[in-house]
Amino acid sequence: MQVEGGIAVVTFDLPGAPVNTFTIAAQAELREAFDAIQRDPAIRAAVFLSGKRDNFIAGADIETFLEFTTAADAEKSSRAGHAAFAAIADGKPVVCAINGGCLGGGTEFALACHWRIATDAPKTAISLPEVQLGLIPGAGGTQRLPALVGLQAALDMILTGKTVRAKKALQLGLVDEMVHPSILRRVAIQRATELADGTRHREARKHGAGEMLLDDNPIGRAIVFRKAKEGVLAKTKGVYPAPLAALDAVAAGYSSDGDGYQTEARLFGELAMSPESAELVFLFFATTALKRDMGVDVEPLPKAIPVKKLGILGAGFMGAGIASVASPAGTIVRMKDADTARVAKGLAAVREVMRDKLVKKQVTRPQFDDLMLSVSGTTDYTGFGNADLVIEAVFEDLQVKHQVVREIEAVAPPHAIIASNTSTIPIGRIASASARPERVLGMHFFSPVHKMPLLEIIIHPGNDPQVVVSAVSYGRKLGKTVIVVRDGPGFYANRVLSPYVNAAGLLLDEGVSIESIDDALVKFGFPVGPITLVDEVGLDVATKAGAIVAEAFGARMAPNESIQRVIKAGRLGRKGKRGFYLYDETGKKGGVDSSVYDLLPTGQRRSTVPAVRIVQRCVYAMLNEAVLCLEDGILRSARDGDVGAVFGIGFPPFRGGPFRFIDRVGASDVVAALDELEREFPGRYQAASSLRQMAEDGTRFYPAMGKPV
Amino acid sequence: MSSHGTLRRVAIVTGVRTPFARAGTLFKSLSAIELGRLCVAELMQRTNLNGADVDAVVFGTVVPNIQAPNIAREVALMPLLPKGVDAWSVSRACASANQAIADAADQIALGHMDCVIAGGAESLSNVPILHSRGFTDVLMAANKAKNISQKLSAFSKVRPKDLVPVAPAIAEPTTGESMGQSAEKMAKLNDISRQSQDEFALRSHRLAAAGLRDGRLSAEMFPVYVPPRYEKIATTDNGVREDSTLEALAALKPVFDKRYGSVTAGNASPLTDGAGAVLLMSEEKAKALGYKPIGYIRSYASAALDPGEQLLQAPVLAAPKALKRAGLTLRDLDLIEMHEAFAAQVLSNLHGFESQFWAERAGLTQPLGEVDRAKLNVMGGSLSIGHPFGATGARVTTTLCNELERRGGQFGMLTVCAAGGLGFAMVVERV
Repeated sequence: MQVEGGIAVVTFDLPGAPVNTFTIAAQAELREAFDAIQRDPAIRAAVFLSGKRDNFIAGADIETFLEFTTAADAEKSSRAGHAAFAAIADGKPVVCAINGGCLGGGTEFALACHWRIATDAPKTAISLPEVQLGLIPGAGGTQRLPALVGLQAALDMILTGKTVRAKKALQLGLVDEMVHPSILRRVAIQRATELADGTRHREARKHGAGEMLLDDNPIGRAIVFRKAKEGVLAKTKGVYPAPLAALDAVAAGYSSDGDGYQTEARLFGELAMSPESAELVFLFFATTALKRDMGVDVEPLPKAIPVKKLGILGAGFMGAGIASVASPAGTIVRMKDADTARVAKGLAAVREVMRDKLVKKQVTRPQFDDLMLSVSGTTDYTGFGNADLVIEAVFEDLQVKHQVVREIEAVAPPHAIIASNTSTIPIGRIASASARPERVLGMHFFSPVHKMPLLEIIIHPGNDPQVVVSAVSYGRKLGKTVIVVRDGPGFYANRVLSPYVNAAGLLLDEGVSIESIDDALVKFGFPVGPITLVDEVGLDVATKAGAIVAEAFGARMAPNESIQRVIKAGRLGRKGKRGFYLYDETGKKGGVDSSVYDLLPTGQRRSTVPAVRIVQRCVYAMLNEAVLCLEDGILRSARDGDVGAVFGIGFPPFRGGPFRFIDRVGASDVVAALDELEREFPGRYQAASSLRQMAEDGTRFYPAMGKPV
Repeated sequence: MSSHGTLRRVAIVTGVRTPFARAGTLFKSLSAIELGRLCVAELMQRTNLNGADVDAVVFGTVVPNIQAPNIAREVALMPLLPKGVDAWSVSRACASANQAIADAADQIALGHMDCVIAGGAESLSNVPILHSRGFTDVLMAANKAKNISQKLSAFSKVRPKDLVPVAPAIAEPTTGESMGQSAEKMAKLNDISRQSQDEFALRSHRLAAAGLRDGRLSAEMFPVYVPPRYEKIATTDNGVREDSTLEALAALKPVFDKRYGSVTAGNASPLTDGAGAVLLMSEEKAKALGYKPIGYIRSYASAALDPGEQLLQAPVLAAPKALKRAGLTLRDLDLIEMHEAFAAQVLSNLHGFESQFWAERAGLTQPLGEVDRAKLNVMGGSLSIGHPFGATGARVTTTLCNELERRGGQFGMLTVCAAGGLGFAMVVERV
């Protein structure tokens, strides 16, 4: 803290950390600083700045949440936050100068200040992301934000955790001014002086018509709350308690008999102890830890080869999808396919993704033009001569893959990494055709590439660690959550998905309705049910993947009858506009296509299986397979398995992932359920031996207390 | 120049161009800048060139975009190139790309730069349409107006004739003579018959068609996937008419002199959209990066004459200068690429090469000589391939070098006539 002309300038710069968080120590220091400001008569006002380049305050230190053992603990911490921020709000004028990310507790701090200035730097973004951790803002955010920006705008931020950039924050009234970073400090000090002199006052924001009609009167607010609740339930299907609690906390702030701050603290306390929050917090730690894991265990860690130019073979759905994430990452892309018509389709697919960015104003028109110019198409291998990485996304056939590997090696520079986007063929087999097998690995993207967050990198024993590190590093540059798995049929994601989808297919064989299967798993928390999933990925792709794992793993993956029959009838799913569901001309999904039942073993005759049993049959097959993947060494850790399942195949995030789920249910209960299922479906549910051992020993995948990873 | 050190040899590493499309067809939605960017991006992709190796982009265009007059800079500001790559635009009418190449070569020869991309682009589908003088005055006055009534008073001065937009004409500002009228005049002055013009046009189409068929001409272009839908793909020059006949050409009416004229749409180059670029490096740089250049620049020269005289005849003055600087004669050349603005112009230029009058004008004691037709424009020229003003110079340079390589020749010369009575010539050599 420095004092300049009666203005205290407080700079928050957490030592040794890339971002500022409210650690216990930092909280104490800040409290002291603000106490000193209030006590010192020479200080008339204060300016608060961050000492970090690209971050203002990232919010609470999430590790402190792990210390809570009861809801009362968490509630107490929330109340302490209330007291600290109330002291600021009620004290001498404080100007909050925001440059860089301002999240959670950082935003709540800013809300307690008397004047807010944001910089127009691209990194400056304000959010209350607590719901994403299964929590609600606990330091007054649910009370001060609606008071500042109005009910609708506040709910929009609090219920989704969405990020608001400086320009939008200014429009909303969330900040009072927007300036260039170079003058932030000067302007902040000037404002603080003016506030202290009384020559400037914050003026109440003008309310728009919509705001006056709805936010500013009880009847209107009731409508807003009802709509918001409907929206939350539609989006979360009722499985996430945090957004509903946030609504209650905000509503309490408007009610005459309740105390909003008390409600916020109480609900924060309850949520902090909820299993949903525990799992979401686990995923936060798991993904954070994963970002530091380069996928190899060698010392010293080799330096990643930067990928400036990317060659892509195959301009189809996957190839174009990869191009559409590579270009925004600043990579120059050359995309090859057999003929100009295919290349043209690929370019059009890339443009679709870029156009979306333009329409959403994420990029300007010149940036859009540049994104498109970064990707060029070809029908020969020109432009591959300076590729640092070549990803092949050609037809899934070993002979074809061998041929393209040889072709790539003939044109690409010696340092180039060759990655296969195969989802079915073992990487070792593909690498066997290579003159440089140590530079060949798998980069398994999920479809649609620009939306699916997971990238599964598949390594084989001969890989050069530098190649692995480079692929991992580039995958992260593309914005993907990267897990490194070892080679084996189906790798990880498809391998655990197969018995799950197959179990759903077996239920169809028995005559269970499509809706009841999909509904059961959506209620469990999957974004879509398994039958919808098959339609989405395509029946051809699903059966091909199923056949590969069936061949490798025998009885427990023996294919169901139903999906085979439907594909034999020529239905490919959404891409062919005919599958288990109805699709209109534009490909929009309708209800179940009841004519599909004529193709199934029981025809139009339906039988019922309870939803719990449906979930058990599908999910437990997946859980067991995940444990087998860890046992077989496909997975490097349970953490990777959990992150992979959540980000790659839509395992419900609030359940943490297969391994976290087993820990929560208990290995012995899971084994008991598997044994019971095995009796009914012999060969399909044989519990993994390591899991049986854990059941006997009473052990877990993760520690029961403290930081999970 | 020599006081700064020895000049370095300049390598033409390679050249590439878009297919040339008649204005208003495939490329009508693309600006010259967009065509230029696509072409330079493809040049870099094809040569596996890293942006960090490029020192500058020099580009030419004849009808510039008013909002972005420095086309070279707009082209250079692309994701494949660092923002620190220098860029400037040049204007020498139809020889603009040649001037871009010459500028680039100078910088390399002087040792200022090692690697420069030079070329040009033109969109004659997208020429800026201007307001009339009267309307411009009104708009300027309205812009300065401080209140509504002043604004209204400014607009009240608009007369109907002010609202007629002004399209740029391909006419000489000093003489008011259009390019076509100049060609017509040259045909008459040099006694070039209608039939010889039609025959030359037919030859151009036949040779270009053969070049496209056997892939020699196609080798210098890349397919352009036309945004936004990419369903249209330009893969070939769409002005080349394989089935053209002398009868069909003879049936066309003269455009510029309906009674006594001979210049028709069939023996003149069409309005065309397209872009072309070449990659130039010092010989050492090309070697260090492992390139096999398609040729080296041996010399170049330019010349000018009174636009009111024979507007497109200056190549006759430029060619002897370039040959003299190269230390060569016409007989030493294995190939000649002569830009075909009009058949009448090509034939007038060839006539000039043989004439004592033009020899003396060029300061020669004897005419340059007769050009062996077997060495001239062996894959056609602008009459058939098309003529995007700013890009043509890059095309002829690339065509010349590639064909010289195929034939195992040693020396080649290109000439380009340009508005304003300007002419350009360059001599290239292999190895």
